[in-house]
Amino acid sequence: MTALHVLTLSLVVIGAALAIWFRDLLASVIALAGASLLLSLEFYLLQAPDVAIAEAGIGAALTAAIYILAIRKTRPKEEE
Amino acid sequence: MSVVVRTVTRVILPVALAFGAYVIMHGHLTPGGGFQGGAVTASIVALLVVVYGGARLKGAKGWFAVLEDVGALAFVLLAFLGIGATFFRNVLAGSGGLFGAPVPQLGPNPGALDTAGTLPLMNWAVGLKVIAGLGSVVLLLSLFGREDG
Repeated sequence: MTALHVLTLSLVVIGAALAIWFRDLLASVIALAGASLLLSLEFYLLQAPDVAIAEAGIGAALTAAIYILAIRKTRPKEEE
Repeated sequence: MSVVVRTVTRVILPVALAFGAYVIMHGHLTPGGGFQGGAVTASIVALLVVVYGGARLKGAKGWFAVLEDVGALAFVLLAFLGIGATFFRNVLAGSGGLFGAPVPQLGPNPGALDTAGTLPLMNWAVGLKVIAGLGSVVLLLSLFGREDG
């Protein structure tokens, strides 16, 4: 069980690091959504299914949609 | 969006709506409740906005405003129903009928949906408010700014 926790949390950290490391904003947002989804899996493993549903709905779906809409409406500074 | 994305959206739309309604309706028995089910349903609104574009959903803006008011007012009115004893008193519990059936037995059991009095109604009020609030956040964000989005 401990190994599963360590694996999930390591993947969360890797996803968060990838979200910072990517230069492409869309890839960054998708890495952030993946980290959120793994975080909700970790909540489920810690027996908090209530928080897991909220995290999967808000963290993985809604914030990703909001970020993607914001990226679509703006353009990076280098292109101007 | 492409035809694949639109087809998949059409397929998963009823399933996801049913899951959101299930989470709201069973809020007093299983994990979840008004906020979680509302967030699940609002993510469907986000999916529709991303796939079909916000302009096609412009008419839903007024409905979201009405739904949000209805949810908030219904929550406060249901809380005021028990003002004879205390605010938030569960007046429907144990009163028979659709929401007040007696709790069947003690010990481990799957739970009975119709025993919780005003709690399911309050869950629906919170769920409506969360669907309308988060849905209108996404919808308005897609309508603001440059028009080619």
